[in-house]
Amino acid sequence: MSITKKDIIHVADLARLGLNDEETIKYEKELNDVLNFMEKLNELNTDDVEPTSHVLDIHNVFRSDVVEDSLDVEDVLANAPDRDEDYFKVPSIL
Amino acid sequence: MNNKYEVVIGLEVHVELKTATKIFCGCKTTFGGDPNTHVCPICLGLPGVLPVVNEKVVEYGVRTGLAINAKVPNYSKFDRKNYYYPDLTKNFQTSQFDLPICENGYLDIEVDGVVKRIGITRAHMEEDAGKLVHSGKTISSSNSSNVDYNRVGVPLLEIVSEPDIRSSEEAKAYVEALKMILTYIDVSDCKMEEGSIRADANVSIRLIGAKEFGTRTETKNLNSLKALQKAIEYEVERQTEVIEDGGVIEQETRTWDDEQGITLSMRSKADAHDYRYFPEPDLPPIILTDEYIDNIRRLLPELPEARKKRLIEMDSLSVYDANLVIAEKFLADFYDEVRKSIDDPKLIVNYLMGDYYRELVAVGLDFSSSPVSTKDFSELLKLLQEKTISGKIAKEIIPLMVKDGKSPKVIVEEKGLVQISDTGAIEAIIAEVVAANPKAVDDYKNGKGNSIGFLVGQVMKASKGKANPGIVNELLKSVLDK
Repeated sequence: MSITKKDIIHVADLARLGLNDEETIKYEKELNDVLNFMEKLNELNTDDVEPTSHVLDIHNVFRSDVVEDSLDVEDVLANAPDRDEDYFKVPSIL
Repeated sequence: MNNKYEVVIGLEVHVELKTATKIFCGCKTTFGGDPNTHVCPICLGLPGVLPVVNEKVVEYGVRTGLAINAKVPNYSKFDRKNYYYPDLTKNFQTSQFDLPICENGYLDIEVDGVVKRIGITRAHMEEDAGKLVHSGKTISSSNSSNVDYNRVGVPLLEIVSEPDIRSSEEAKAYVEALKMILTYIDVSDCKMEEGSIRADANVSIRLIGAKEFGTRTETKNLNSLKALQKAIEYEVERQTEVIEDGGVIEQETRTWDDEQGITLSMRSKADAHDYRYFPEPDLPPIILTDEYIDNIRRLLPELPEARKKRLIEMDSLSVYDANLVIAEKFLADFYDEVRKSIDDPKLIVNYLMGDYYRELVAVGLDFSSSPVSTKDFSELLKLLQEKTISGKIAKEIIPLMVKDGKSPKVIVEEKGLVQISDTGAIEAIIAEVVAANPKAVDDYKNGKGNSIGFLVGQVMKASKGKANPGIVNELLKSVLDK
């Protein structure tokens, strides 16, 4: 399996990244290198290995349903690019 | 609708779980509140934070799975669903992709007396998104949006049905049945008006007899049963028209405009779902032992269907009456409690759904907000059964009970409403009435049997409604027939 220029443009578009021609060529090569490396790993026989969905061998990390303090609204909005009273203000999307 | 076509509907129902805190942080889940006051670095998705799963969400997820006849696997995990929209700050929603908390369930629904089984593909846990307040009149005409992130991270269970639903009525019945179960097992308030249960409808049509499904559209965020039904009906009509005109249905997401009563296209096909799910690295997997699952199963309350069956079989209620009683868990529990001391199921239902319910509606209350306790309600029925009061007096007492939560016994004593069953006292009244109405007495004696009704009425009136009507009838007859 290899990645084409079309895939690069599609993935960049999904990630809201604008790539120029030069960058597109560069990432096409780099991502193909990554995939080739994966192919290499695929050569290993993993028949007896359980699929991993998490890198650490831990499970069931839970918290109890107890309310904790929330942030002060001024702290919440401190980094907002724009605000309207106590709301985050964003450009209309649709 | 054109009857050449069959409608195929699948529903995704989003249910807000009634935990005290959010799914991955300790912020409260209370509805409303000043904007952006129920948020913290975790639900705001600030860099470097570590979400931790609320154990109650897992418990409620399992409980729901068991109640909708689903399988609860031992292994489950969270995934990131990537998309750009300002309702979440992280550019992904933490959800579950290939290993959800439950799978393969079903619900039985009833439409026009026909029972039908609707398959449930899965139910998965996820975080709710924030609320966008649009400044313009509609989404498309506004220049900017205001965002309130209070709702971000409120735990949701998304319950996905199989495309087994064939009409807007079935869709409504399915959501109602689901709502009822979720309220019974106490995992959600199911307040549609507060958005704690919302549906997305996947709708397509196909020629009757066709094997393949038609192309479907998804209409989002239907937050009332009426909107759900109307949106489905609109989509069916729209799709029929497009196809009849030789057009093609586009797979797309649509939104319901309640004011105009139409669905509108939201996202084009070019933007089709490409969520690039991958396992959430911040949340280790969930492993549930059989013991844990069985424990939750053991603690499940009696579900609506089982309850209905019991009321029909054990209490000999009609299907109609049983449906009325189980419609609300509070009412069903109320009935059961009263039933412990009153051995007349039909009497209980008649008063609950009759005079009592009418009074509640008249004063703007419902069963759960009424001050009348099961104890007082049972006492009222006892007074009736013992013939201390008549039905007519009960009608007078009920509004007083509802008004200030007083016990019926106290009301009866205070107002002197005890029914007169003392034959001596009733005979005295009858003698007066007979003397005052010679014409009616003559009519009766001349064979006009129905004039006795008038005389009974006069006796009841003279006793201010307190005379026992059965005894009045009996005594009056014996006096007149002498």
